[in-house]
Amino acid sequence: MARINSPEKLEKARQEILSRRKPDAPCISICAGAGCLAFGASEVIDAFKAEVEKQGLTVDVDIKKTGCPGFCERGPVVVIFPEEICYLQVKPQDVPEIVSQTIKEKKIVERLLYVDPTTDEKAIHESDIPFYKNQQRNIICDNIKIDSKILDDYLAIGGYEALSKVLFQMSADDVLAEVKASQLRGRGGAGFPVWRKWEGTRNSPGEIKYLVVNADEGDPGAFMDRALLEGNPHSILEGLIIGAHTIGSNEGYFYVRQEYPLAMENLGIAIRQAKEYGLLGKDILGSGFDFNVEVHRGAGAFVCGEETALLRSLEGKPGEPTPRPPYPAVKGLWEKPTNINNVETWANIPLIINKGGAAFASTGTEGSKGTKIFSLVGKITNTGLVEVPMGITLNDIIYKIGGGIPGGKKFKAVQTGGPSGGCIPAEQLNLEVGFDELTKAGSMMGSGGMIVLDEDTCMVDVARYFIDFLTEESCGKCVPCREGLRQMHTILTRITRGEGREGDIELLEVLAETAKEASLCALGKSAPNPFLSTLRYFRDEYDAHIKEKRCPALSCKELISYYIEPDKCQACMICLKKCPVDAIEGGKKKIHVIIQEKCTNCGECFEACPSKFGAIKKLSGEPVPPPIPEAERTFVKKSKEK
Amino acid sequence: MSEVILQIDGKEVSATEGMTVLQAARSAGIFIPTLCYHEKLEPFAGCRLCIVEAEASGESRLIVSCVSAVEKDLVIKTRSERVDRIRKTLLELLLAHAPDSPKLQDLAVEYGADKNRFEKDASFCVHCGLCVRYCAEVVKKNAVGFVGRGTKKEICFVPEIASVECNDCKECFPLCPTSYLQAAFVLTEALAFPNTSSEPDSE
Repeated sequence: MARINSPEKLEKARQEILSRRKPDAPCISICAGAGCLAFGASEVIDAFKAEVEKQGLTVDVDIKKTGCPGFCERGPVVVIFPEEICYLQVKPQDVPEIVSQTIKEKKIVERLLYVDPTTDEKAIHESDIPFYKNQQRNIICDNIKIDSKILDDYLAIGGYEALSKVLFQMSADDVLAEVKASQLRGRGGAGFPVWRKWEGTRNSPGEIKYLVVNADEGDPGAFMDRALLEGNPHSILEGLIIGAHTIGSNEGYFYVRQEYPLAMENLGIAIRQAKEYGLLGKDILGSGFDFNVEVHRGAGAFVCGEETALLRSLEGKPGEPTPRPPYPAVKGLWEKPTNINNVETWANIPLIINKGGAAFASTGTEGSKGTKIFSLVGKITNTGLVEVPMGITLNDIIYKIGGGIPGGKKFKAVQTGGPSGGCIPAEQLNLEVGFDELTKAGSMMGSGGMIVLDEDTCMVDVARYFIDFLTEESCGKCVPCREGLRQMHTILTRITRGEGREGDIELLEVLAETAKEASLCALGKSAPNPFLSTLRYFRDEYDAHIKEKRCPALSCKELISYYIEPDKCQACMICLKKCPVDAIEGGKKKIHVIIQEKCTNCGECFEACPSKFGAIKKLSGEPVPPPIPEAERTFVKKSKEK
Repeated sequence: MSEVILQIDGKEVSATEGMTVLQAARSAGIFIPTLCYHEKLEPFAGCRLCIVEAEASGESRLIVSCVSAVEKDLVIKTRSERVDRIRKTLLELLLAHAPDSPKLQDLAVEYGADKNRFEKDASFCVHCGLCVRYCAEVVKKNAVGFVGRGTKKEICFVPEIASVECNDCKECFPLCPTSYLQAAFVLTEALAFPNTSSEPDSE
């Protein structure tokens, strides 16, 4: 491909790409995101290639390895265009049938469709599936349409149109005005108004300015940015170049999390291709504007997602936060004015330029505009990535999109905002999702993690888990975070072990206040949230652990006992054989008994006991009934069942 | 440099622009406790003991005085219930590591800090970084550095550099608020360069 050196030539190139494509010809799109690949998408892709060739359809059928459309729970996901037929959990052995039926005969393979668990209705099109139907997918919707390794695919859907507009039809002030009108707030966690950051960096004195894409997505269970980096890197790149032109920067960096090899690969390809096409590098689109990017791979520290720590890490120094002010906009990378935004923030920019800031701001709440991608995980039926308008209720996300809690369990709380976010209880499910709304509820938006917890989850243990994560990931520079978290972790651990003492809650509160008020960076300041929010909504659980040595969720290993109810035991030997420490006595036709002294509370027996018997019970905070006397252990069949 | 007038503990203090609140306070003879601060070094802002309450345009917030620049009409309180409570907790956290540090003990008396409040983990080093930064910024030898991260971070002499540089310098020893540094050096000396050590190691 020759370099494109004018907006007209970009448009011409786009038309050429489109003219080569047959919009009515079948296109098989297979998600090649990390989730689907783990489910075996590579084999499915190979099978499609082989089968299409075998049936002599290579010329007529396009096979596309695409980015993640979000429905990870049911991967590998296959969508067949132009009809947009969506097949889920596709295996290589399904492929011949799909090709001969759907591609050749235009018939649906019913068994691969989504079936609504409540109505038993099948959904043929992606847009009919409740998981997708209730979303508003402005950014992630393109993932399934393009192969991120092919720039032509991005151009075919209107890619780099916004950049062309910015370079040739808009002044930097115009762009800034649009971004301001959009009221876009940073998607990385802090929710700072993007235009203000841009303006600050732009107005800072200095010849050299840097732009940074924060792709150090480290929250456990969060993978929004990964999906964009893997599935649509050009959208991020386009946003970045627009920002560079507006702010007046000629050099940018992607700081990508170490654990994202596929994102690194796809991003590298995107950058190379954009350079070849003249969309990046010297004299972009013939405008005279130069901009170069480099990709830096992180080394695995969570704290490097914090902007000042990230900048130190980019400079080759230890990834430790530095005090602000000076803000990066004034004194950032190598002491030059630097603008850092998160992946999703940058990906929103082309959209704002194309549709206009006002259109973007028409969605959302008072303080939060546009859409936000969340990774919906935990005890939820439909695990995956969801893009929803700001202002949607938690209830709609969890029930309409997420399909509720699996296994007939009760919803308990949803943990939002990453490890230093908080837990929001059932009473607040009508809460509208937005930056300020979530903060008010004691949690935060963070980068968009959403972990659903059911009734079996112990909230004290949840707090302990996240504090443990944050203690591990604290950089260790300042005392309230390093030492405060370490002590909080010690205290929470002893509470979950039934060794909690009177006064522990107060001690935790003091440590929480100190970390919140006195820590150097946002990691430390927000780190007490897991404790504070669980205390706010689930104080009774803390009290039960400390005062009654009881875990109400029957989850904390040290506080529970397993007991076989003699009248329910069918003497089937299943649990007895499963027990790894031989703690179950009994035999054929002899009612089983757990020897409490030997039992390690591993729960194997509980899982093994057939649900129709349900003979094993978890107990907490009450004495285990004495074992039934030897003489009464002979099993007598009550019915015909064996 | 223009003059900035601010108020610290009810006293009008004149400072020059670009000065930190801590510097301004010290120049006026007002004491703010510090642990990781040293006038020859870049501020580190790690110990957080120099936290003070700052009032500007009716709003009160906590700032760390070693890294906060003076501002016109800023009203600083170096002691308040909030500040004292935080300092007390910080001291208690540090005393869990270094209960015998004279500097920490003195401050503990002042702030009523209980050295037994938190579970002890006597590692002695309180991560103030004075030795590491002094060696890097003033002596410019980098003979001692931090290894590890977070709670597992510790100071460590680089044997190759320490064996050449440290015996004649030792300027960092008196900086250490817990005397742990000297012990770390003696250990390094014993293990890494037995020729100069008083107790040669068998290895």
